[in-house]
Amino acid sequence: MNAAGFPLLSLVTWLPLVGVLVIMSVRGDEATVAANARWTALWTTLIVFVLSLVLWVKFDKADGGFQFVETAAWLPQWGINYKMGVDGISVLFVLLSTALTPICILASWEAIGTRVREFMISFLILETMMVGMFAALDAIVFYMFFEGVLIPMYLIIGVWGGPRRVYAAIKFFLYTLAGSVLMLLALLAIWYQVGSTDLVTLLHANIPASMQTWLFFAFFASFAVKVPMWPVHTWLPDAHVEAPTAGSVILAGVLLKMGAYGFLRFSVPMLPLATANYAPFIYTLSVVAVIYTSLVALAQTDMKKLIAYSSVAHMGVVTIGIFTVNVQGVSGALFQMLSHGVVSAALFLCVGVVYDRIHSREIARYGGLADRMPIYAFAFMLFSMASCGLPGTAGFVGEFLVLVGAFKVNFWLALLGSLGMILGAAYMLYLYRRVIFGKITRDDLKGILDLSGREIAVFAPLVVLALWMGVYPSSFTGFFDAAVNAMVDHNHAALMGTTTIAGVLTP
Amino acid sequence: MNWTTALPELVLACCGMGILIFGVLNKRDTFLASSMLTVGAFLLAGLLVLMAPMGVGFNGQFTNDAFSLFVKLLILAAAALSVVVSLDYNEHTNLKRFEFPVLILYATTGMLLMASSTNMMTMYVGVELMSLSIYVLAAFARDELRSSEAGLKYFVLGALASGLMLYGVSLAYGFSGSMDFLKLAAALSDPAKASPGLIVGLVFIVAGLAFKISAVPFHMWTPDVYEGAPTPVTAFMATAPKVAAMALLLRVMATPFGHLLAQWQQLIVLVSVASMLLGAFAAIAQKNIKRLMAYSSIGHIGYALIGLAAGTPNGVRGVLFYLFTYVFMNIGTFACIIAMRRKGRAVEGIADLAGLSRTDPMMAFWLAVFMFSMAGIPPFGGFLGKYFVFTAAVQQGMWTLAVIGVLTSVVGAFYYIRIIKVMYFDTPAEAFDVRPGSLSFVAAASGLFTTLFFFFPAPVVAAAEAAAKVLFH
Repeated sequence: MNAAGFPLLSLVTWLPLVGVLVIMSVRGDEATVAANARWTALWTTLIVFVLSLVLWVKFDKADGGFQFVETAAWLPQWGINYKMGVDGISVLFVLLSTALTPICILASWEAIGTRVREFMISFLILETMMVGMFAALDAIVFYMFFEGVLIPMYLIIGVWGGPRRVYAAIKFFLYTLAGSVLMLLALLAIWYQVGSTDLVTLLHANIPASMQTWLFFAFFASFAVKVPMWPVHTWLPDAHVEAPTAGSVILAGVLLKMGAYGFLRFSVPMLPLATANYAPFIYTLSVVAVIYTSLVALAQTDMKKLIAYSSVAHMGVVTIGIFTVNVQGVSGALFQMLSHGVVSAALFLCVGVVYDRIHSREIARYGGLADRMPIYAFAFMLFSMASCGLPGTAGFVGEFLVLVGAFKVNFWLALLGSLGMILGAAYMLYLYRRVIFGKITRDDLKGILDLSGREIAVFAPLVVLALWMGVYPSSFTGFFDAAVNAMVDHNHAALMGTTTIAGVLTP
Repeated sequence: MNWTTALPELVLACCGMGILIFGVLNKRDTFLASSMLTVGAFLLAGLLVLMAPMGVGFNGQFTNDAFSLFVKLLILAAAALSVVVSLDYNEHTNLKRFEFPVLILYATTGMLLMASSTNMMTMYVGVELMSLSIYVLAAFARDELRSSEAGLKYFVLGALASGLMLYGVSLAYGFSGSMDFLKLAAALSDPAKASPGLIVGLVFIVAGLAFKISAVPFHMWTPDVYEGAPTPVTAFMATAPKVAAMALLLRVMATPFGHLLAQWQQLIVLVSVASMLLGAFAAIAQKNIKRLMAYSSIGHIGYALIGLAAGTPNGVRGVLFYLFTYVFMNIGTFACIIAMRRKGRAVEGIADLAGLSRTDPMMAFWLAVFMFSMAGIPPFGGFLGKYFVFTAAVQQGMWTLAVIGVLTSVVGAFYYIRIIKVMYFDTPAEAFDVRPGSLSFVAAASGLFTTLFFFFPAPVVAAAEAAAKVLFH
């Protein structure tokens, strides 16, 4: 039995579906149903969050392996089982998902006025899929959750999104699906090669070098779209702009992490040779992403689009970190993923706040909000600073570690990667100045209200997290140090093994 | 002579005659009663299939094994559900004649025969019994031009295909000296000695069967016939006959021609790729949902054929598993399509589904489930089906086939999620009439099945595996 004494991860994964059943059983007129759906969803997600805190408390940080493991027979004759478990790499993402979901529910309390019941159902299903994806320890179970995410997200963008929602939803769906199906073939090939779909076995399986390249690119097709890496990032700005606020939050906060998580879970540990061979290729794409999308962000006139492009740039830093495959780089990438999960989610919430009031995301439509909305201006400033990596905020630690890791690999990589921090400061400060400072010129902005109690409740945990991660990062890095060390060692050992053999063979 | 092996077929045929007499002698309207009796006969036959002894009967012309058991139960389930979805439609469109369920019953008898046939003769008789009944069914709405056209078209092309198949059978017989599957297999045990005439015969037989499963390039009839036939008939045609013909194709390829794998493999690969491509691309522009389903079924047959192309027990297992999931999501989809009716008139446009999630949330939900499932999105049943056929292709190293397969499934996903888009994102059109209980039942039952299947796939996979192993002993 695992450390919790009961199937904790399964409970955290599937409990939201109980909420779905409760919401479905509500009868009455539309207002009653909506109110009930909101409260049920909020309570369900809060209970899930509290349950998931057991992971935070009971997780053994010294252990680099999988914990809270649980298994159930599913297709036992064919080597596929329902297996759940977390290690240092995935545990914090489970927590990130369970923490962001109640925030999203709270953020869409008033913003979603139509078909509230369906919205809450979609969100709860989405939570199940996200948590399941991070906790799955079987490749096929992983794939089912990974793909399953598409269904609720497609509906959330398409039903509750903006004017071009249909285009954005279909583009999101097809882009991600096209990548994922190739990954499915890769998983099948690995299954056939190794004879198991158990990730614990696969992590230490020796996959022939000739296969590794193909598998690497099949996984790359899936994860690069999801991260997203340049040049397959074009679905992201569309999806972000059209999605409702809560959809953007979860998209930036969790779904983008799925791609990077996939790289860490599959590509790097299972395919060490291909990873070493194609790391320069990934670096190139990442550096282009960092510089190019930062410049694109600078030119945006739509707030959400600006933050969407900044996400692509930040995720570029993450992929650099992952493929340095040294302790600093990978730890930095993980930290950057977490901090980006908090900070970009919060930035989308900031946009959502003014969008709910004025119904516009045009930067030029605003200005001088500091006068009327001091609390909002404070929150927005904190997250902008965190986004551009000010020391003392969450954004700094991750970028710094990644750059240290990159420096160990190549000077130019670190230099070009660090351009992202400079450009990041440029576009965030430019955004902040145009929205918050200056004089209020428009009449409707003169009567704009500051954050309500509910909105403060939404932002407060994120503010605390952003500062906590910046001031005392070890409470987070402590979780993944052991796992990252083990992974990096394993990777180096695998590379050493092949080079020694090569050394023996070639005189 | 062990005639008890064929007990289910015999009983079913006798039930058919009984229902026919009952209908003729009764002066009152007996559509509902005959339909219920037919469903009862299917249940009885299902029971008998489970009880019938395994083994060979009628001098090797007829075989009961794990393969035929799996296929027959699936066919009977599909046929019974088709009768249920026809109840209300026929009531409303003046087709409530007792011959309707009887024809379905006889078609089903033919299919059961096909599932068990181990001789070219039984095979042909089974195929013809099935086809002739369906020709009549397709033209059942005889006062309607489209239906008569569909029936005629299907008959003319179907007769041609039967002729091709028969010619292939005669060639195979002429060059090997037997019609028995096992004797053919023995005669062909050395592929190097197989004469060109036999290969030509093989190609003709494949062509005839490919017509029945509507695989490209023998798919031309499908969209027109699907569109013109009364919708319950389309539902029936899209499920049970596909299973039967595919099962027959599996058996013919694996047993008598098993040694000629290298010869027919390229043929099946070609047909599979062409079907997947056509199914994916031609469906995009469709505006009529029945035509869309026709192209969708062509695509699905392409995926199922991947398993056959692999030519291994795992491949056949994949095909059977695929058909299993396919039947339930298809019959559910058709239950939803039949429920598309405004002021008593059936409508078939995709645009008519606009905003269904507001006007009829339950139906929209189930249809969305079926569409996601057909697109192969986990956790629905359709994903598992695709999973098992792709596994087989990957194991055989057929990468081109697998990659084309997954990429066309992405193209296919476009038109499936477009239907969901119409239902969920568009502004509502006028609401449909109230759904009758029978259709809600079929939609909900197959919907629940498709949704929850991932919980317990193991018994079905095991049954499919047992069935597949029989063919490769």
